[in-house]
Amino acid sequence: MHKRVVFNNRVLPYLLLAPQILVTLVFFFWPAGQAIYQSAYIPDPFGLSSQFVGFGNFEFLLSDRYYLASFKTTVIFSTLVTVLSMGAALWLAVMADRVIKGSSAYKTLLVWPYAVAPAVAGVLWLFMFNPNVGLVAWYLKAMGYDWNHVLNDGEAMGLVVVASAWRQISYNFLFFLAGLQAIPKSVIEAAAIDGASFARRFWTIVFPLLSPTTFFLLVVNIVYAFFETFGVIHTITAGGPQQATTILVYKVFSDGFVGQDLGSSAAQSVILLFVVGLLTVVQFRYIERKVHY
Amino acid sequence: MAEIALSNVRKSYGPTEVIHGVDAEIADGELIVIVGPSGCGKSTLLRMVAGLETITSGEISIGGRVVNDLEPRERDIAMVFQNYALYPHMSVFANMAYGLKIAGVPKAEIAERVGQAAKMLELEPYLDRKPRQLSGGQRQRVAMGRAIVRKPSVFLFDEPLSNLDAKLRVQMRVEIKTLQRRLAVTSLYVTHDQVEAMTMADRIIVMNGGNAEQVGTPLSVYNKPATVFVGGFIGSPPMNFLQAARLQASGLLRKVAATAGPAEALDTVGVRPEHLSFCEEGAAVLSGKLVIAEALGAETLAHVELDDGERMIVRVDGGREVPAAGARVHLSCGAEHLHYFGADGKRLPD
Repeated sequence: MHKRVVFNNRVLPYLLLAPQILVTLVFFFWPAGQAIYQSAYIPDPFGLSSQFVGFGNFEFLLSDRYYLASFKTTVIFSTLVTVLSMGAALWLAVMADRVIKGSSAYKTLLVWPYAVAPAVAGVLWLFMFNPNVGLVAWYLKAMGYDWNHVLNDGEAMGLVVVASAWRQISYNFLFFLAGLQAIPKSVIEAAAIDGASFARRFWTIVFPLLSPTTFFLLVVNIVYAFFETFGVIHTITAGGPQQATTILVYKVFSDGFVGQDLGSSAAQSVILLFVVGLLTVVQFRYIERKVHY
Repeated sequence: MAEIALSNVRKSYGPTEVIHGVDAEIADGELIVIVGPSGCGKSTLLRMVAGLETITSGEISIGGRVVNDLEPRERDIAMVFQNYALYPHMSVFANMAYGLKIAGVPKAEIAERVGQAAKMLELEPYLDRKPRQLSGGQRQRVAMGRAIVRKPSVFLFDEPLSNLDAKLRVQMRVEIKTLQRRLAVTSLYVTHDQVEAMTMADRIIVMNGGNAEQVGTPLSVYNKPATVFVGGFIGSPPMNFLQAARLQASGLLRKVAATAGPAEALDTVGVRPEHLSFCEEGAAVLSGKLVIAEALGAETLAHVELDDGERMIVRVDGGREVPAAGARVHLSCGAEHLHYFGADGKRLPD
């Protein structure tokens, strides 16, 4: 029998937990509380006084067609970003997993984009696709396609999706590759001997065994698409044209800090908080059941 | 039904050659055990037959068809892996049915064939379970079942018993052998355990350092090891070896025919532990001190340190009296039981 070590000091456990609790309190509970508090008020245009309106901000938002449009934009945007970044990453990981010579070089290069900050990534893509000076836009024009994401909302959406997904591919790639390498080689060899082609092996053996990784990345990527893509959208389209790329988190910013409607902005944050919370619960409750650990 | 032929099979990883030209003919329905120490290339050789490793040069054919460039699935083989390699997310039934499903076998026939195999392997109560809910022995059976249901023309076994405990290993050894007899499917079985090799094989291929040192029936390999390595590897406890010069004075050594070169000159003499016996000083061929005696019940293994420090093992019947540890002992041996090896380690002609 080994003895359990017991500390009799009553204060020590709290002291040890304090930094983590403090960080959570200051950077999560306090702002969240502030948002909930502010969402019940409308400040005057000069920010000198505010008036209590209860759920007024929420009522207004839910009947505002721009806000509802932003909801739809967010759903489309997050779905596209998640599918694109995970799909591309999985494909790259499967390919990199097959490479034997120089595999570490491939892996290193594929991970690099993750080191690029979202805003910088946005600027990179902006320069490539700028309708006036962008190289890619220029080539597209030379080929007869008149690229202009400043005016065309579909092109704008496409560009922010690709720019957002591009950065996340590296992150997903790392996890997928680690997941692939954790699958025992002999299981795949057994399937090969059982007569399964490469594609069949992938869909019946590899993909199901990868599902814990896929599920984890799904949660992470949706959260990424909801929040962290702000920098990309801000630098490339600033939510335009005609609010075509204004996702919820961008609308929080533009209504609150540009439009100076802090009450509405706070109400939007609260809604966003609940949406993401709900999404995560749904993912864990329903999708996780199909995951084989 | 198929016979397997290996002809001058070689394998290199970059500039390093790991298999240096193996030749073997395996008859239809035969169970061949490839045995050797770890790193001797036995698993690589099996994986080349399976199609999981490329063949650098030489030729492997199964049932008269050269399979060098065929994918594993085109070779009509089934393989049982050391770690079983069951599909962890599938039930036992799905594991066994996987290959049939891919082959497009009708559902009813899949159920029938899997059912038959499950019955034969006593797996029926477990068909709905996942591999992780099974014991090691049961997983082993599922792996066997997965191989059987496909009715392949060749079975390949890659150390299938090494993850089982000693008792289960003995039991599964018999089961695999019985099953193989009953199905009469040509089988290649890789192991590092010489007991498995001796008990299961129709013929043994002893490998060492990428070479097939000897191919033959278990008893012929035991009785006439082709090299010093084979003599030491097959048999437990291993064969004792002595410099031939040590026995020169005893008059036991037979005349060895004059040979072409120094490599073939008599160098080492081997003798099995059961062919040594204790005797009076006058009749002694070798003398030394008994270091320790291991009584195993049916037999006793006496470790003897000769006067020059070399160690010999003597196997004595369990009922026989063995001198006490530390006692001076004398050993004798029949001349007909000596094995003669040249300086190159090869057996000299009888």
